[in-house]
Amino acid sequence: MRKLRTVLGLGVLAVASYFVVAADHIDAPEVQGGSSDITDFYAFQGEDTNNMVFVANVQGLLSPANTASASFDESVMIEFNIDSDNDFVEDYVIQAIPKNGKMYVIGPKMPTQTGLNSMVVASDIENAAVTNITPYGANALIGSKNGVSVFAGPRDDPFFMDFARYVQIVTPGDDDGDGMEEGAFLPDGMASDTFAGTNVMSVVVEVPKSTIGGSGTINTWVESKRKQ
Amino acid sequence: MKNIKILAALLIIPFLAYNCSDDDDMKYEMKWPDLSGTYVQEDQMGRPAVNTVFVSAASKDMFNVTIPSMQNASFQSMFQTNLEALSPAYANAGDKNALGLDAAAFTGVLATDVLNVSLDGTTTFYDGTNVLTGRNLSDDVITVELLLIFGGEDFSENPGLSDDNVDANDKAFLASFPYLASPW
Repeated sequence: MRKLRTVLGLGVLAVASYFVVAADHIDAPEVQGGSSDITDFYAFQGEDTNNMVFVANVQGLLSPANTASASFDESVMIEFNIDSDNDFVEDYVIQAIPKNGKMYVIGPKMPTQTGLNSMVVASDIENAAVTNITPYGANALIGSKNGVSVFAGPRDDPFFMDFARYVQIVTPGDDDGDGMEEGAFLPDGMASDTFAGTNVMSVVVEVPKSTIGGSGTINTWVESKRKQ
Repeated sequence: MKNIKILAALLIIPFLAYNCSDDDDMKYEMKWPDLSGTYVQEDQMGRPAVNTVFVSAASKDMFNVTIPSMQNASFQSMFQTNLEALSPAYANAGDKNALGLDAAAFTGVLATDVLNVSLDGTTTFYDGTNVLTGRNLSDDVITVELLLIFGGEDFSENPGLSDDNVDANDKAFLASFPYLASPW
């Protein structure tokens, strides 16, 4: 336990400088708090079980007061990557790009090149699914095309964790004023969700499984990419 | 007169053709903004909390721009060092987690930061039966990860560290698209 504390304590000095770090919220210096900072990624079977749903959240820890003025950065693409043959190289991509109040979603399609750079040509947009970005306080606006459904806009942050307690545990010394170091998470009823009451900017895309390989297991990850 | 008509027609055809083409361009411009260009990576994520927990501070930016097929070679040993520091039992020979993975095997899985997702059925991070077949909004991923880091072979070790006791979101999710709850 002592060793755990000491080592974790060293980690927290770095963590604390990022203020708060969780699923992927504010995970690294280059992206922390910026418009390309991915906070979370989900992939699950849709209500229609023939479909797969991908969720990317960016710009975490928005207070309700700050949510109406939050917006997607038009120079940042959110790209879902899908590897269907287990070599950890993307075989399909889904590219979401905001422009003039709308979110354009290209794909799923085979990428013209894999890796850190993604090329978009003007004609890619012709088959894009498009939705108006849902304003704060409005009902969810949904666009669809070729079986692909798209939502973009502010949502409640679906992530939950007693991150505040985690910080107390890994920070040496008494942090909550009871005269003792914190050695464990709080019990049911006392633990609280640090992310309660905060919002994120979400992109939700639902696609037919047949467009991303159909069956088997995929490896998937999300990237934010800035237009040069 | 006839000549004039023909002449006029000859003049009009290219005009119409030009006009038509111009009109198409205008419609295209109005309907489709130009999104073309090269987009260069800044952040990436597969499984929750991996960069946060297992990547040392100085390497976090590099991890975000290392393609998944290169992550294992570049980061597995760092992950193992950090895992054994976080949860010292992993440094003991033969120590495993509930998935039957020792420190090298577990970090071998984690270092390639992708989410494994089944296209054939239940999708969940862990639901008591299915393991790493996706990630649902309601999955308590932090407790699953704490259990795999601190819980030992049967989830019984370090009970105070292996569950944060926040088991659900603060707002109910939707059964239908877009699934996430409306903002606060």
